[in-house]
Amino acid sequence: MLDFFIRFIPRAVGQGIPLMFGSVGETLTEKSGNLNLGTAGIMYVGGICGVIGAFLYETGTETMNPFLGIAIPLFCCLLGSLLMGLLYCFLTVSLRANQNVTGLAMTTFGVGFGNFFGGSLIKLSGADVPSIALSKSSGFFAAKLPFAERLGWFGKIFLSYSFLAYAAIVIALAASYVINKTRVGLNLRAVGESPATADAAGIDVIRYKYAATCIGAMISGLGGLYYVFDYASGVWSNDAFGDRGWLAIALVIFTIWEPIHSIWASIAFGGLYILHMFIPAGTNLAIKEIYQMAPFLATIFMLILTSIHNKKENQPPASLGLSYFREDR
Amino acid sequence: MAADIPVLRLEHITKRFGDVVANDDISLDVRQGEILALLGENGSGKTTLMNMISGIYYPDEGTIFAKGKQVEIASPRDAFALGIGMIYQHFKLVDVLTAAENIVLGLDDGRKLDLKKSARHIKEICLKYGFDIDPEKKIYDMSVSEKQTVEIVKVLYRGADLLILDEPTAVLTPQETDRLFNVLRNMKSDGKSVIIITHKLQEVLSISDRVAILRKGRYICDMDTKSANAQELTDAMVGRSVKLNIERPVPVNPKRRIVVKDLTVQGEEGVEKLKGVSFELRSGEILGVAGIAGNGQRELLEAIAGLQPVHSGEIKYVEDDGSEEELVGKDPLKIMEMGVSLAFVPEDRLGMGLVANMDLTDNMMLRSFRSGKSVFADRKQPHNLAEDVVDKLEVNTPSVSTIVRKLSGGNVQKVLVGREIAMAPTVLLTAYAVRGLDINSSYTIYDLINRQKKAGVAILYVGEDLDVLLELCDRILVLCGGQVSGIVDGRTTSKQEVGTLMTNLGGGIYAK
Repeated sequence: MLDFFIRFIPRAVGQGIPLMFGSVGETLTEKSGNLNLGTAGIMYVGGICGVIGAFLYETGTETMNPFLGIAIPLFCCLLGSLLMGLLYCFLTVSLRANQNVTGLAMTTFGVGFGNFFGGSLIKLSGADVPSIALSKSSGFFAAKLPFAERLGWFGKIFLSYSFLAYAAIVIALAASYVINKTRVGLNLRAVGESPATADAAGIDVIRYKYAATCIGAMISGLGGLYYVFDYASGVWSNDAFGDRGWLAIALVIFTIWEPIHSIWASIAFGGLYILHMFIPAGTNLAIKEIYQMAPFLATIFMLILTSIHNKKENQPPASLGLSYFREDR
Repeated sequence: MAADIPVLRLEHITKRFGDVVANDDISLDVRQGEILALLGENGSGKTTLMNMISGIYYPDEGTIFAKGKQVEIASPRDAFALGIGMIYQHFKLVDVLTAAENIVLGLDDGRKLDLKKSARHIKEICLKYGFDIDPEKKIYDMSVSEKQTVEIVKVLYRGADLLILDEPTAVLTPQETDRLFNVLRNMKSDGKSVIIITHKLQEVLSISDRVAILRKGRYICDMDTKSANAQELTDAMVGRSVKLNIERPVPVNPKRRIVVKDLTVQGEEGVEKLKGVSFELRSGEILGVAGIAGNGQRELLEAIAGLQPVHSGEIKYVEDDGSEEELVGKDPLKIMEMGVSLAFVPEDRLGMGLVANMDLTDNMMLRSFRSGKSVFADRKQPHNLAEDVVDKLEVNTPSVSTIVRKLSGGNVQKVLVGREIAMAPTVLLTAYAVRGLDINSSYTIYDLINRQKKAGVAILYVGEDLDVLLELCDRILVLCGGQVSGIVDGRTTSKQEVGTLMTNLGGGIYAK
């Protein structure tokens, strides 16, 4: 049994970390009243921007500096996601475009953007498989704690991850603290619940919406970076990221807009997502699709549960999806 | 500070929305330690003017002086900095936060968020002016009057010394209104200034020191309350002489029309919204329904109209010949065809009854589109009806093809009531028919209702303003917590009696 956990949990965590980044970023965004369905696209863009940065650095230099090997892709990823967040804000907050349409368009755009540059890089690298491997950069990202191996099962289950995985947990904890315990968080919640109230209380609604959405987008983008450089060992192939972006959005609902729940919930989702790999040999493989549905079923179940209980605190921010204009009558 | 420098002075303020001039060259002073009532009809620009003082709107022309110095108020934050705080008609509170969280919202003293310390400060303010609130309580658990208290504490917490209240009493019971006025008087003796917007003349006369009157965006005059009377104020507000008496003809030959027995209605999660309600509604009489908002008024009307599932009890419709028919379980359409008409004016006016984005003709059609045999709806009759309503009720609209959303509140209500009356009903159910309407439009509506009464229609009138209920209704049914607290004669009862029945079932220990 312990053997099963030692094999299963690290894989569930690896699968769950991108979801954790995505859902924490999206939760922060939604707390400001912006329903950013572009998260899937943003994670995609975050991933490909990191790949572009790493590719340029790997091919441009002979001896790679480990610090720059991490810093360059990280910077590119954050920049790409930030620009996506800014674009979303400009359209929905400044121009007051419909949030659903904008978000869906940005997902389509983000995936297209990723596949276009991914395809170009694969051509440039001259690989004979439709993917590009950045193993050196990945080596820097995936570096694990040196003493993890020596601690047996404990080390394997709790300490065998790269720094981005721990960063995800720290970010989730920090986001939870900021949202629930600080003045900024209180103001942010007010903006998402009732922008007119926040405005009348002297809060700069536009600034909060921009800041929360852009920071949220950058956090989500890191999910794409982790996926490519750690989970996929630096191998980029088009469309491999799959529906993880949507899973992250489902997680926001599942965690009832509390980033701290995202820590266990995203790992649980990750586990459900890969459960099919552990079905006994010989079972019809078609059944794996049903296993992959599990996270979405869990989300639907959670939605039903929160609707039945109808507790005000467990509902989405009241003005989620609506744009705000002060002189609107 | 010298007493003769006004805390706030407005000079030549003008604000336009597109082609509409909402405020036209308004100049106004607010003195220290006074309660100034701002009076005007709907659409006379009172709220717009106040929104400019509190930083929601920015004036197109004119200057504002605070304590003698010229100031710019570009945002609510600027207004706070000048000690100006506004309590809006629609509360600006976040439901899922506690009172304390709402109060400290948007403030930054540069230190860590300390809700315990804030709660202590809130308690001090409450003690000083005579309120009572629980800082830990969530807004969604609060009554309307508690929410209003939070709003007032919120501006006091920010150190406001000029408070603006936009129709604060519209949602309060008489007792709550008295309590609010006591608080306002405490503030006044503490040297604070108060501007209060209200439609109710009795309140203006009882609370204010001075009255300023606006009409159609212009400043008309101001007068000392001591030397003013209700008639004078109304005439200045409307611009012509208005008769201030509501007629109350004695019901002619009243017959039982609707008999309600032991009616119980359950809301979500089995909460009883109405419990054992029994009464009779007679033809040619107006039965008023009084009660604090949300005590079952809506459920009562909807149950009769067939829109609300009834848990137990019966509702009988009595024909002229005395035969009875059960309404419970009947289709709303069937009930409507029997002559029971519902004119419900919800808080947002357009929620139920009219479709905001459709024009007058189409809204008339909502009642008649089923008639006729052809596949195509008959547009001619509704069109004529719309023109008729516009004509008879003096609805102020460019044409009958204007969408309803663009009309002002009073006109929207006239259209709704006009359509229901045109159905020639035998029972008219109205709720909040004059909600938010100014005096002139209100009297038009009262007149319409009275004409129906004289024609023998049985009218159930759910109202908010007790003064009006006492003047208009033949009998008044008081609801408290979904139960009938008492049915009193409108001609002999007193405001005090009804108010007590509203808050205590059967009048409680204070009865008799």
